[in-house]
Amino acid sequence: MLRIPCPVCGLRDETEFTYGADATLRRPDMEETDPGVWHDYVFIRDNPQGRHKEYWHHVSGCRQWILVERDTLTHEIFGSSLVREVAA
Amino acid sequence: MTARRLLGGGRIDRSRQITVQFDGRSFLAHPGDTLASALLAGGQKILGRSFKYHRPRGLVAAGVEETNALVHLRDGERHEPNAQATMVEAFDGLRSTPQNAWPSLQFDFGAINGLLSRFFGAGFYYKTFIGPFSGTKFWMFCEGFIRQAAGMGRATTLADPDQYEKINAFCDVLIVGAGPAGIAAALAAGRKGDNVILVEQDRDLGGSLLSEPVGSPSDGWLAQARAELDDLPNIRVLTRTTAFGAYDCEVFGLVERVQDHVLAPERGKPRQRYWVVRTSRAVLATGAIERPMVFAGNDMPGVMLTSAVRSYLNRYAVLAGERIVVATNNDSAYTAAVELAKSGAKVTICDIRKEIPAQLGANAKSAGIDLRPAHAVLKVTGCKGVKAAYLVPVSSQGKATGGSVRVACDIVAMSGGWAPTLHLWSQRFGKPIYSEGLDTFLPLAEKGAFTCVGSLVGSASLRDALQQGHKAGGGTGKEPALFGHADFWGRNLLPVTVVTKADGGTPGKAFVDFQHDVKLADIDQAYREGYVSIEHLKRYTTSGMAADQGKTSNLNALARMAELRGLAIPNVGTTTFRPPYTPVTIGAIVAHDHGLHLRPTRLSTIHDWHTENGAEMMDAGLWLRPWYYPENGESITEAYVREAIHVREHVGIVDVSTLGKIAVQGPDAAEFLNRVYVNGFKTLPVGRLRYGIMLREDGFVFDDGATARIGEYDYFMSTTTANAAKVLARAEYLLQTAWRDLKVHVTSVTDQWAAIAVAGPKSRRVLTDVTSADLSREVLPNNHFTYVTIGDVPCRLHRMSFSGELAYEIYIPAKSGRKVWEALIAAGPPHNLKPYGLEAMGALRIEKGHIAGSEIEGRTTMKDLGLEGFASSKKPFVGSVLRKRPVLEDPKRPSLVGLEIIGNQGATAGSLLFAMNAPAKGHGEGWVSSTTYSPALKKNIALALLSRGPERFGETIQVVDFVGNQTLHAKVVSHHFFDPEGHRQNG
Ligand SMILES: [Zn+2]
Repeated sequence: MLRIPCPVCGLRDETEFTYGADATLRRPDMEETDPGVWHDYVFIRDNPQGRHKEYWHHVSGCRQWILVERDTLTHEIFGSSLVREVAA
Repeated sequence: MTARRLLGGGRIDRSRQITVQFDGRSFLAHPGDTLASALLAGGQKILGRSFKYHRPRGLVAAGVEETNALVHLRDGERHEPNAQATMVEAFDGLRSTPQNAWPSLQFDFGAINGLLSRFFGAGFYYKTFIGPFSGTKFWMFCEGFIRQAAGMGRATTLADPDQYEKINAFCDVLIVGAGPAGIAAALAAGRKGDNVILVEQDRDLGGSLLSEPVGSPSDGWLAQARAELDDLPNIRVLTRTTAFGAYDCEVFGLVERVQDHVLAPERGKPRQRYWVVRTSRAVLATGAIERPMVFAGNDMPGVMLTSAVRSYLNRYAVLAGERIVVATNNDSAYTAAVELAKSGAKVTICDIRKEIPAQLGANAKSAGIDLRPAHAVLKVTGCKGVKAAYLVPVSSQGKATGGSVRVACDIVAMSGGWAPTLHLWSQRFGKPIYSEGLDTFLPLAEKGAFTCVGSLVGSASLRDALQQGHKAGGGTGKEPALFGHADFWGRNLLPVTVVTKADGGTPGKAFVDFQHDVKLADIDQAYREGYVSIEHLKRYTTSGMAADQGKTSNLNALARMAELRGLAIPNVGTTTFRPPYTPVTIGAIVAHDHGLHLRPTRLSTIHDWHTENGAEMMDAGLWLRPWYYPENGESITEAYVREAIHVREHVGIVDVSTLGKIAVQGPDAAEFLNRVYVNGFKTLPVGRLRYGIMLREDGFVFDDGATARIGEYDYFMSTTTANAAKVLARAEYLLQTAWRDLKVHVTSVTDQWAAIAVAGPKSRRVLTDVTSADLSREVLPNNHFTYVTIGDVPCRLHRMSFSGELAYEIYIPAKSGRKVWEALIAAGPPHNLKPYGLEAMGALRIEKGHIAGSEIEGRTTMKDLGLEGFASSKKPFVGSVLRKRPVLEDPKRPSLVGLEIIGNQGATAGSLLFAMNAPAKGHGEGWVSSTTYSPALKKNIALALLSRGPERFGETIQVVDFVGNQTLHAKVVSHHFFDPEGHRQNG
């Protein structure tokens, strides 16, 4: 079980969270009409080994979406921040 | 074997005598005994029969590494299989029976398996499925035979009467293993003020020190240490507790056997307790397990690990035999040999090594031991126990170099070196590192938040172990001093554990894995057949795959494969370990989370009224909802048909409190809704509500529901019951990530509002009665809402319909839900108002052609569902681009239609659709999503998704249920079965 630091609630069990999405992707603007851009955003993912940025939702806690930096190989977690406070 | 209890010594309470039973016989024991020590003292040689060959087996070990002595405990509902006799504390009245020994231990019918042993060799299971046996009935023939003869314990089918509980714990440092190193670590950390949990699987602290003779210097140190552990309030000591799993982020699973050592748990106490411990760091002091030697007949009752023979002698005061042959390749066995000789046994040591440290030789000699360097046990003979060992001179590779000498004996004590108990470390970090000098794999002493100390890392002496523990704990306070002890690690080891004839063969079966009956010859065969990778070897021979997970067998199997391949052991590799370290009762992990406690049950605030008035309830996700309200013993069909007719003729009320409700608030709320719904929301005036559809990012339909505009910046969104949580999470995601510029708050208010739907031609009259408000069509048209008071409860009244009838939804502060429901019931009689349940609600919505969860199931688009008209072309929305993917626009995609089933039989959901002239094979042209008997149409109808559906109205098709083996015919029609113009709901 992972222990994930929530910037609001502190270090909590993984079971309080749900994994959301790859945080290295940027959602296209609403006005974007190119299906290729949307296709890449929705379907195309890298599968990196090592440090990776992910969105997690503290769904059974403060309900904030947080950005977690995690090593996909060792599960080491390097820290987290509120997504709304991360520079877009 | 003539074991006996010595008159003095041992760490048992001789002032009390207790009785334990095994196989119908009674054995006297003392508190402090294990079942194993009691049976050994009582002369019970055979404790079970082996897994495949049904060979008689006795004790090998004294602890958790025991591989043979698996027994059944207790009877009836508390019956428990696969208990290790060495880990079961003796208590008065304990009943145990052998397992895998039908019809009896002494006369075992299954021993005939030994004659068929070629069938059970390596790869047996694979070979019966492939190769020459493939396609024959050979496997089925074997299966019946194997199932009867093989297998481990037998589980009870009765419900477990005991309680188990789960506890969450946190600490600064978790110390696993309370031997000398672990205790030293706990004391040092405790003195520093750390919050410490010290875990010990034994009933007592001390680890290897408990196997020292009573009165040893370690006893004084141990007593002092225990007292200090007791005194330090920040140390929690858990005995009878096994740390079975080490997980990511320093989370550990422990199981505490709270009441396993009594006949039945005391009232109010759990049988076992499952601990989930989160720690900042961990100190592993889990010790090491002695390695067996491999020679012919090494599974004979009476062949034991030397450390076990020593433990029985010093801890339990049981001398395992009178004439003992110690077979070793290292120094560690000598202490035991000398103690055994001093206790009255006639001891012979055969040591594979030519050179033996002078001091050890002198010690042995002065104890009267017959010491034979460069000798080993080639084979053991006997029938139901060891009678003799055949000693041969051996080379430094363990091969006989001369003729054998028979030595009569009743115990052969093996010491093939040590294997650290590195399971927890390996669970966390994977492959350990091979140590040449110790001929074994070791964990790294420091890695991440883990520190390994003591014999786990091969520390050479007690002194080293104590120092390591002390340092790992933080080095606080006086360094523990405890000297004058023999080394407990096998120093000066000659890495040879297999003893063979000169030609490399063994004169008889020599076992590597006792629990799975894997022989040396099986390893050789696997090698010959090409299964040389260690992972293949394990699966092909099943070595190391029994309940003991190869605690004693892994290294020997690996060493043999390395020898065969001519490789160094680290080049052959090693398997890694996964949790659990020892088997864990499912009950402990489940703890209280079973039955009704498996997951929460959500109840509407009107729930009690439903049950008091005879409703049958059904599960809907976590919710319990009224299914139907039977009158006069009606069946479900009779009840829902009556309820549905009643709604269309009079008026009905249904509890819809489970609908998801989300408050969407803020200056950008309209913009937000406009983006998440396919239809426009910017123009929705205050006081109105609108049905909306949401898509996923990939363009498929996500959810639907109505949203009401309460105020300028204040909206009330409803979602389906099933998707409430997902819609909220998705809204939060978008608002917190991509749309951070929008000033909007979303809040779940599902639990704050009860909701009741009032449906039927007389619904307006009922509501006018209870609210005294003007609810005429002009004042409150469809898709409008207003505020009303029912009784003294202020409510919001939405006019909208799911049933196709004139209908309303009343939103009520949750606590007053029942009050309003009862007010409606009380006002009902003049209008013939009745409650209805989910089943009738389903029938009404299918008649009306409304989609629900069975149609919005993740694979359907708006186009598929005939909802494309809702999509705005003037604005982008979530999914607006990808819904236009060519594959989703394909006209052949199944789309929503109605089916009128021909005949009296109803269709089943999930049935596949085929054209009349097409063979009913494959996936068909679509499927049935929802089905009901329509009271309004007096027909069986269904909603279905059919390829090119809307073009095929009037066509008759086949409706095939491959599961229920039923084929029906149906006419394709519009899914708007009932009142397609909507006159009734707009009336
Ligand atoms: Zn939080």
